[in-house]
Amino acid sequence: MSEKVLMKGNEAIAEAAIRANCKHFFGYPITPQNELPAYMARKLPKIDGGVFLQAESEVAAINMVYGAAGAGARVMTSSSSPGISLKAEGISYIAGAELPAVIVNIVRGGPGLGGIQPAQSDYFQATKGMAHGDFKLVVLAPSSVQEAVDLTMEAFDIADRYRNPVMVIGDGIIGQMMEPVEFKDIGADDLPEKDWITDGAKGREKNVINSLHLQPEDLEEHNWKLDRKYKEIKKNEVKYETENMEDAEIAIVAYGTTARIAKTAIKEARAEGIKVGLIRPITLFPFPEEVINQAADQVDSFLTVEMSTGQMVEDVRLAVNGKKPVEFYGRTGGMIPSPAEIVEQLKEVRG
Amino acid sequence: MAKIKFNQDKCKGCELCTTVCPKDIVVIDDEINTKGFHPATVSDEDECIACGFCASICPDVVIEIFK
Amino acid sequence: MEQIAGRPNALTDKEFHYCPGCTHGIVHRLVAEVIDELGVQEEAIGVAPVGCAVLAYEYFDVDMHEAAHGRAPAVATGVKRVHPDKVVFTYQGDGDFASIGTAESVHAASRGEEITAIFINNAIYGMTGGQMAPTTLEGQKTTTSPYGRDVDHAGHPIKMSEMLATLEGAAYVARVSVDSPKNIKKAKKAIKKAFEVQLAGEGFALVEVLSTCPTNWGLSPLEAIDWLQENMLPYYPLGEIKSKEEDK
Repeated sequence: MSEKVLMKGNEAIAEAAIRANCKHFFGYPITPQNELPAYMARKLPKIDGGVFLQAESEVAAINMVYGAAGAGARVMTSSSSPGISLKAEGISYIAGAELPAVIVNIVRGGPGLGGIQPAQSDYFQATKGMAHGDFKLVVLAPSSVQEAVDLTMEAFDIADRYRNPVMVIGDGIIGQMMEPVEFKDIGADDLPEKDWITDGAKGREKNVINSLHLQPEDLEEHNWKLDRKYKEIKKNEVKYETENMEDAEIAIVAYGTTARIAKTAIKEARAEGIKVGLIRPITLFPFPEEVINQAADQVDSFLTVEMSTGQMVEDVRLAVNGKKPVEFYGRTGGMIPSPAEIVEQLKEVRG
Repeated sequence: MAKIKFNQDKCKGCELCTTVCPKDIVVIDDEINTKGFHPATVSDEDECIACGFCASICPDVVIEIFK
Repeated sequence: MEQIAGRPNALTDKEFHYCPGCTHGIVHRLVAEVIDELGVQEEAIGVAPVGCAVLAYEYFDVDMHEAAHGRAPAVATGVKRVHPDKVVFTYQGDGDFASIGTAESVHAASRGEEITAIFINNAIYGMTGGQMAPTTLEGQKTTTSPYGRDVDHAGHPIKMSEMLATLEGAAYVARVSVDSPKNIKKAKKAIKKAFEVQLAGEGFALVEVLSTCPTNWGLSPLEAIDWLQENMLPYYPLGEIKSKEEDK
């Protein structure tokens, strides 16, 4: 165990990736994640075999990731919302070809050029409509710099274990915030051997990295195979945190930065006698639907808080499945909900 | 003395090889191959000088030449 | 007896799916022959494009990576940066290399990425059924330039080799043609040089290969050869546009 160091979120994610033996990074500048590639640019060239490369575009960067992942490397790219949209094509190919890769999205407000302030309006993109085809990303949503570090390191293991791209999704607050962090030695030692990589067919049959299946029967079989993998991921990889749920009559569902604000709001609300708890999804896919569904047997209502006009709330409603009302409170476009606003909402929900 | 072999079942009958032979001995066969094409063949193998022109322009690697 | 022509080891036994007379097969064979002659079959990693050659990964008997449309130079960059000691090549058509993937082509060349790009210029989109390509000639009829390419409207055909040769990172640039045994011999020599340039670590190497598309040109294979000679050769001059020896 190493000692704690004070680090900015974006740089801590970069260092965590390096500690997880990621030696290849391909990226393109975009605010508010620029400290991450800049850190990689400083550190990776000093590491044996390390490569930082600034690509000509996000499109090129993700396709370099596609090549490097196929060639067997632990590889990362990072971007922010509009850049992730550009990477979507490549991410679909990476998922289709079943390659491990880690993609960081430090989300900013959209649509279009949007703004550069923190947002959570890429939830749909990350968990549902990333790009064409039947595929899923594993989506990890840290709510502190320490958790960003832990999840980034774990992201590489998850990617390797399931041969699937993993997204670490944060926002400008997580990216810019400074917190003391510790880099734990948490790497898995039971990961499958990479015997499928393109490194020259020396003494073996050739390997092919590919997402093309011209026969519909083949593509259907491939897609069901992917689907079985996602079911396996759902079974094994769900992560969430609950707080103050023991006697809760209202459950706030919030992730990332919003969950931090909700925790403050919950303290204030409880001081005013409102019995409220928090369910914080840490994995957005797989979504912690079971814990939410079970909570619906206990609480009177749910309040989903997001920095969007309401995206995760749809998954909360699916999980609650009509058992209890699910209300929504959101700020968007880079605006951040305050604890006082959330307390006000709780009062309204309580009626 | 050269030996030239046409793998006729792989031939698509494009005729490119027939125009480059300096001895004019690469011709299209009257027979039809399993693909439904009239494949290329050699009319007089004894005349072949193993220049390799026919094989070099063949898009389907149909022709093998030995000398 | 000595075999002087036949199937190179770096090709699989799989029959090409290309139309009769399509010159893709010639270029596949030349690339494979060069891989054999340089003894790099076990070191080579090929990147296949989107277009008629999308299935190139089935034909080259080396490790292969199928890229998205136009992205082969970026994918090849990723592969090469992980395995700098391996031999990485792309095989791309004109839509792939010179239209949708122009940025990737230019910047891989500009970085001096140590890869070999084989660029098939047949002045048309083949796989999608004969649309106008960036390299379609002035006046040439395609399904999307049915009255002939009007340069006032659609611009002029792009000369990628000349353009990329201006970049510092491009170590070797040649334009060749596979319309005759003589030109095929020169094409192979250029392809070999483009691989040797990579092996020597000199930078980006490009071979543009003028090719035919009888089906979408609406010509017989023999007529297509004539059309290439009469129309493409005057606009796309052959030869080494950039090589180290010439710089001396």
